Amino acid sequence: MSLGGLIAPGFFSNGPVRAALLTGGVVAVVTAVVGIFTVLRRQSFAGHTLGEVGTTGGSAAFLAGVNPLWGFVAIALVAAGAIELVGVRRPRQRDLAAGLVLGAGLGLAALFLYLGSVTSPASGGASTSILFGSIFIIGPSMVSSIVALSAGALALIALCGRRMLLVSLHPDLAASRGVRLRLVGAIYLLALAIAVSLAAETIGAVLATALLVGPPATALRLTRRPGRALVAASLVGVAAVWLGILLSYDSYTWPPAGRTWPVSFFVVALVLVFYLAAQLPVRRLRARPRARARGEV
Amino acid sequence: MFSGFMLNTWVAATLVAVVAGAVGLFVALRGSSFVAHAVPHGAFGGAAGAALLGWNPVLGLGIFAAGGALSMGWLSRRGRHDVGTALALVTMLGTGALFLSWSNEYASQVYALLFGEVLGVARGELLPIAGVGAASLGVLALVARPLLATSVLADAAPTRGRGARRVETAFLLLVALATTMSVPVVGALLMFSLMVAPGATARLVSDRPGRAAAVSVALALGIVWSAVALSYVLNWPVGFFVGTLGALAYGGGRLLALRRAGAGAPEGG
Repeated sequence: MSLGGLIAPGFFSNGPVRAALLTGGVVAVVTAVVGIFTVLRRQSFAGHTLGEVGTTGGSAAFLAGVNPLWGFVAIALVAAGAIELVGVRRPRQRDLAAGLVLGAGLGLAALFLYLGSVTSPASGGASTSILFGSIFIIGPSMVSSIVALSAGALALIALCGRRMLLVSLHPDLAASRGVRLRLVGAIYLLALAIAVSLAAETIGAVLATALLVGPPATALRLTRRPGRALVAASLVGVAAVWLGILLSYDSYTWPPAGRTWPVSFFVVALVLVFYLAAQLPVRRLRARPRARARGEV
Repeated sequence: MFSGFMLNTWVAATLVAVVAGAVGLFVALRGSSFVAHAVPHGAFGGAAGAALLGWNPVLGLGIFAAGGALSMGWLSRRGRHDVGTALALVTMLGTGALFLSWSNEYASQVYALLFGEVLGVARGELLPIAGVGAASLGVLALVARPLLATSVLADAAPTRGRGARRVETAFLLLVALATTMSVPVVGALLMFSLMVAPGATARLVSDRPGRAAAVSVALALGIVWSAVALSYVLNWPVGFFVGTLGALAYGGGRLLALRRAGAGAPEGG
């Protein structure tokens, strides 16, 4: 099939589509970079928690009449602090801290959404749009704050990514070299909170989790070198988002006709396909050198 | 507060609390709070699919909960546990979003599945809840011993045998069963809070499995009953009280454990 047949007419000249491609791409890169550390540290649940707890901030901001983006970021920072406070060293227990914070946060979200529906009855759809996001309704005014926050998260990672990597892979070694584990962990959670809440506000909590975990996990299956993994994860993330937007735009003519399929469905499906596909050849590629080494000995 | 339709609420809340408290202890022991969140949360996509086909939502919930739990186990065996759980969760939610976009259901019904409508339980809903609840407790009683062994020993020596895998699958299906029973009544959020906080607190309070299970169930009951009463009086959502009380209970447990460790230290050292 030619490229012209794949891309429906008017795709690139459509304003909302262009904004979605831009913000989706930025968010995909930021979540992929932060997500490498999330996957290495086995903190997917903390990442998911920070994204979903954003709902609480979003609904609180809705109540207060503030821009929801700031509500998302603020509540994620508070939640990250709470996770760090409950935080226990063993990875098994870390999930517990995230679980407790998520339970309390979603409870608050239920309250805020209820209070919001009491004060203005038309807000029933708020919970679904917060959960699934609506990438096509990003206003141009939001793009600048999204880019600024993304730069902040990436700067945090650039500042202490090397130490973070050491702490994530060899906590004992890092401690013996005088790296302050608690501080690095807190800075990482800060970057995670910014990246995930940003993603949750723009593309929804579901996609935020998918992009935070899927592309980095795929990349880490393809390569063991951190630098390459960062690049590969970003590429996979951006590919999933852009293809997802394109397919969603195309799906207007698919059955049941007359409405588009959600972007989140396509992106999630693509992320899963990439992850599963990365599993197939890698096992063979990696088994060979090992077998060769064994043969030589 | 105890008359007419509220009676159904009390019975349903009690049944859910007993099952959630018992299963929750193992959630805490295994460190599986992500699974406890992902199964109920993702299963709602099944309800959306069932609504699309005109089926009973509970059927869709059950299929998605069991399918999701099995695929979590499958993906987790082929990579990192948390990555497998996260990907299964987002796939279920993404499929749910697709079903929702196809159907003409109102968003408020999704809201109800996520946050629950425990104050509106019909009499006819009680019997299925009791049945599935009894089944979950039966399964739990059957697998409790091997489950306990793999949960406690997993830290020291990762068990990867066939038996451990079977126990893991049984545990995931148990969470799915408990989910199917309770999500239509109390919502995904409430079920998750009830499966995490009481078990985690009970674990802090006691090292003995039997006593910890009793504490966990008692805490779950206490939290649910106070939440329903407070919600009835103040008219705020039940989920808010369950979430907050759960966090408070865990905070209290931590303080208790801290004080106990502080009192024990001079004797030990």
